[in-house]
Amino acid sequence: MKIAVCIKRVADSETRAKVAADGKSLDEAGVKFILNPYDEFAVEEALKRKEAAGTGEVVVIAVGAASSQETIRTALAMGADRGVLLQADAGTADPLAVARVLAAELKDGGYDLILFGKMAIDDYHQAIGPMTAQLLDLPCVTAITTLTIAGTTGTAEREIEGGVEVVTFPLPAVLTADKGLNEPRYPALKGIMAAKKKPLEVKPVQLAATGGAGLEVLAMSLPPDRKEGRIVGEGAAAVAELVRLLREEAKVL
Amino acid sequence: MTAKFQGIDFYSMDGLLSEEERAVRDTVRSWVDDHLMPVIGECYIEGRFPKQLIPQMAELGLFGANLPEEYGCAGLNNVAYGLIMQELERGDSGVRSFASVQGGLVMYPIYAFGSDEQKKQWLPQLASGKLIGCFGLTEPDFGSNPGGMITVAKETKTGWVLNGAKMWITNGSTAGLAIVWAKTGSLDDQSSIRGFIVPTDSRGFTAKDQKGKLSLRASDTSELVLQDVQVGKDALLPKSGGLKSPLMCLTQARYGIAWGAIGAAMACFDEAVSYAKNRVMFGKPIGGFQIQQARLAEMLTEITKAQLLCLQLGRLKDAGTMTPQQVSLAKRNNVDMACECAREARRLLGANGILAEYQSMRHLANLESVYTYEGTHDVHTLVLGQEITGLSAFN
Repeated sequence: MKIAVCIKRVADSETRAKVAADGKSLDEAGVKFILNPYDEFAVEEALKRKEAAGTGEVVVIAVGAASSQETIRTALAMGADRGVLLQADAGTADPLAVARVLAAELKDGGYDLILFGKMAIDDYHQAIGPMTAQLLDLPCVTAITTLTIAGTTGTAEREIEGGVEVVTFPLPAVLTADKGLNEPRYPALKGIMAAKKKPLEVKPVQLAATGGAGLEVLAMSLPPDRKEGRIVGEGAAAVAELVRLLREEAKVL
Repeated sequence: MTAKFQGIDFYSMDGLLSEEERAVRDTVRSWVDDHLMPVIGECYIEGRFPKQLIPQMAELGLFGANLPEEYGCAGLNNVAYGLIMQELERGDSGVRSFASVQGGLVMYPIYAFGSDEQKKQWLPQLASGKLIGCFGLTEPDFGSNPGGMITVAKETKTGWVLNGAKMWITNGSTAGLAIVWAKTGSLDDQSSIRGFIVPTDSRGFTAKDQKGKLSLRASDTSELVLQDVQVGKDALLPKSGGLKSPLMCLTQARYGIAWGAIGAAMACFDEAVSYAKNRVMFGKPIGGFQIQQARLAEMLTEITKAQLLCLQLGRLKDAGTMTPQQVSLAKRNNVDMACECAREARRLLGANGILAEYQSMRHLANLESVYTYEGTHDVHTLVLGQEITGLSAFN
């Protein structure tokens, strides 16, 4: 099986975020960057499929600055065979531009499966996977929690309100992975050493020239400080006062 | 469970590590959070080693991580090896002891003193965790003075016969293999000490756990008894000879322990900081009172110093110029400072600090063993004293 996994370098959610001097991006000083957790499920799924088939190739592709090479190496350490960095220093906030360069890279790759994490934990767009599928004119199933492949047909499950949706689709297809699809492996220490020797191609791309949806980040700010909680009273006696506060102060009733 | 451990890096030492070294550290750190932290409190109270974690540790490549790839090992440099020990001990000293013994005291002597056949036969099994080893040097009456050992090995037509007893042996009761050090000549001839690979199912070999430990409870510590244990000629580690051989192994383990102690200290500091910010007394978090701040400042200072000490020690080891005396300085300093950090953290935690639910007292108790083993604090003091003055104060 030839499988491509599209991955992203994101700030660890445990980071104490600070807005940079430009007022619209994250101050990267002291921030720990990781492989997007949803992408880990995608990488793991690709590795499992290749191991089950006994043959094949897992290629990881990232769009981002040179620092994304480290993220690609994390995936290589997990067991991916080679990596491609589509290097772009700016414009990565526009999902359509990113999807376009990814589609151009993926088009002639002969992939049976193209996997994404369902969303990046920094922007929560959930857009690039479906956009890429559309540009490649391939079926797309998002937020999958199980996957079975039989020949050139795939079946996936998605958790929806009140139940599970079962979808079948022909290969090749684009799938985005949700939590629960699998248990991602740790990069074994041998794998970390081996990652250095695996091929990692860097190709510069011009996102602005590619053109996107015209999405631009205007400003970024931290949420207002959470106010301290207040104890309203105790037991049944507190209910009336609580309802009054919810209606008059919090204005949610 | 609680939030993931973020590490302590007050002097931005991450920038002094290579990408691989950081990746190794982060992998082990993550694994410890996911798999060791949830079970260690219970294991400690029950007095058992979490042996269900051995296959995972092996798969990650934690055993003999700095030995070559041709034996199934990760082939990491010594700074990466140290970081592994640091992160394991951030979890628990007993678990780090398991890895230290397996890698530094069993795999290392086979690698350094063994024949090619012995290396090929034993190292891959030990790396995969399928075979567990232990290191038999210390005896009931010979701890700080290992040269005085009375375990003997007499040559026979078919091999050797070993007699003696060892004590305080980590992994002893679960090991399939023991590296036993014995005198092949007269009892006053230290140069006759040789190393032997002894399968623990040999007739005459028994291992029994020592009970009643108040420290390193999540680790198996055993007595070994060898009564006319017969081994073949191929059991002898051919390149071993004299006290120098086991001491070289100890230098490997001590190097890892110097890093490990930093891990324990970081765990206690991290817990203390978190507690100090959240525990309110007299109307404000206790972290706002001077005495607690002094505790925390002292801990951060000692941890930072210890980190820089170990990083340079690791670079020297990789350059091939590290001396045993340099290791003595680091082991002595770092374990001592970790003991202090654990104790002060325990005190900052107040009454809660005596519960197994918190880490500090478990680390405090464990670190007392770490202070004593692999060369007591006092022995390392004399090692340094001799190095400095040229005069031995050992007897």
